[in-house]
Amino acid sequence: MAIPLTYNVRNVLQRPVSTLTTAIGIGLTVAILIGALALAAGFRASLVSTGSPNNAMVLRKGADSEISSGISRAAAEILRSHPSVALGADGRPLASAEVVLVANKPRLGQTGSSNLTVRGVDPTAIPVRGKVSIIEGAMFTPGTDEVIVGRRVAARFANCAIGDRIRLQQRDFKVVGHFASGGSAFESEIWGDAAVLGPALDREGFQTVVYRMKDPSRFEAIKRELEADPRLQVQVQREQAFYAEQSRAFTGLITGIGAFITGIMAVGAVFGAMNTMFATVGTRRREIATLLVLGYSPWSIMTSFVIESVFLAMIGGAIGCLLALPINGITTSTTNFQSFSEMAFAFSVTPAVLLAGFLFSVVLGLVGGFLPALRAARQPISASLRAA
Amino acid sequence: MVMVDVRNVRKVYRRDTQEVPVLDGLSIAIDEGDFVGLMGPSGSGKTTLLNLIGGIDRPTSGELTVAGQALGPLGGRALAKWRSRTIGYIFQLYNLIPVLTAEQNVELPLMLVRMSGKERRDRARHALGIVGLADRVKHFPRQLSGGQEQRVAIARAIVSDPRVLLADEPTGDLDRKSGDEILELLARLNREHQKTIVMVTHDSHAAERAHRVVHLDKGVLSA
Ligand SMILES: Nc1ncnc2c1ncn2[C@@H]1O[C@H](COP(=O)(O)OP(=O)(O)OP(=O)(O)O)[C@@H](O)[C@H]1O
Ligand SMILES: [Mg+2]
Repeated sequence: MAIPLTYNVRNVLQRPVSTLTTAIGIGLTVAILIGALALAAGFRASLVSTGSPNNAMVLRKGADSEISSGISRAAAEILRSHPSVALGADGRPLASAEVVLVANKPRLGQTGSSNLTVRGVDPTAIPVRGKVSIIEGAMFTPGTDEVIVGRRVAARFANCAIGDRIRLQQRDFKVVGHFASGGSAFESEIWGDAAVLGPALDREGFQTVVYRMKDPSRFEAIKRELEADPRLQVQVQREQAFYAEQSRAFTGLITGIGAFITGIMAVGAVFGAMNTMFATVGTRRREIATLLVLGYSPWSIMTSFVIESVFLAMIGGAIGCLLALPINGITTSTTNFQSFSEMAFAFSVTPAVLLAGFLFSVVLGLVGGFLPALRAARQPISASLRAA
Repeated sequence: MVMVDVRNVRKVYRRDTQEVPVLDGLSIAIDEGDFVGLMGPSGSGKTTLLNLIGGIDRPTSGELTVAGQALGPLGGRALAKWRSRTIGYIFQLYNLIPVLTAEQNVELPLMLVRMSGKERRDRARHALGIVGLADRVKHFPRQLSGGQEQRVAIARAIVSDPRVLLADEPTGDLDRKSGDEILELLARLNREHQKTIVMVTHDSHAAERAHRVVHLDKGVLSA
């Protein structure tokens, strides 16, 4: 049987100052970890929600991003009339041949500029994407120099209010609407009519064709057929897979940097916990010896002190979660390496992220408590009974 | 019946390269139900002898048989288990766990055996009743007087009904009145509950409560 838990809980609460300092050290470490994970989770969620699993995304064979892709007008026509393309209510194919380019634009309310993605789309792009909706103003009129601006671009770039004129290459375009798409990467883009934007921006063909599949479950067959067509020279992915893949490099980087910083802080936190536990084992020598005299095994002493350390660390874990919670939903932005343009997204402190942070505190407690617990368990009884 | 049989025990502490002999071929037999006072100058090895009888320490040579059990062959784990059932230990400084209540302190030895929480509580309260602290079960050690703390410690020592009580200067830190109460309690445990008691003391007044007194000096005993 084990030493009762109240013994450890009360001992930890008995020394509030040392408990709090140690716990805060652990809490800061946990908060940093949660921050990094929330950043990665937010970025991934934003990109994954950008693509739909029901859409096929067609790029030039070998292209790893939209920017480096190219689809000729002829190939786009073949794709648009392909039998796997779903039709809209008006009988027209739900396919959008798109021009994608990067423009450098001044930031709103601060000096400096940033890249953003400009996308020339087919007027069917909104029904193809499904999740895109106009939240202010109106959809652009096809054939005109009107553009609509993603919610997050509107908030971060100059000249993007409705009625403003924004210059792309040598031409002015008129902002007529703002759109949202559930926090996805599209909200960091400007959309206009591909038929106008393409020639205006000196584009011959398109970068991508995205279309709604009539039967998404046939994707593998469609992919094989289109990729085998010698006239097309394309590669086909589900749109969602394309964006999920795009998130990989950045989430990898963020997780890596996060792990590095967390690792350094964790070393400090572990030593803090170890120090506190060594100190308490030192002052409780006689008490520990008494438990051994009563018949408790060294193993149960060991377990008890590891539990005490873990409990201490869990207080730190809870502090870390509380510290990190307010960052949830805060919008930040980064350059998406695949599109070379800025993408805004929100920190996402999900339950899984919190759990990971909390479990990390448990690990810190286990590691920090091990050696002090070992010392507690291995002290010779008769010598310790003489301790003050 | 002989409850404690110490035969030709030597205990040598090694300090660096120097050997410090503390007990030098010491023998003593203590009958069941006896109450022995152990006296001797400071550093003469009284605590050492008590620790050997209680299975807390091992002799350099010689044999100990306590409550019919030869201690030599027992491994660490078996010795701890034997001790928890056979020996009740009482310390000069009480050695209560400060963060636990009187009742929880007394329950500690019972956590080592399979027992329902209710039975554990009942037994702890019964032991606290024997030492006259039925009304202090929820008190923490710092809320008790020294004499009361020692009585809680005695309740903890008797709660698993051991046959031998080993007390190392149990009144050494108490005033005369509280000390007398503790001695009276030990005498009653010896008389009414048939506990065999070995009590180390510096105080000849305390030693008077014992049935017999032995003196330890220069590693050996004299009556
Ligand atoms: N673990 C140890 N290592 C080395 N020497 C020890 C150890 N324990 C005790 N001693 C020595 O053994 C001798 C006897 O100590 P012990 O505590 O048994 O004496 P005591 O009679 O109980 O003394 P006191 O009346 O002061 O409590 C002392 O000289 C002490 O320094
Ligand atoms: Mg002593």
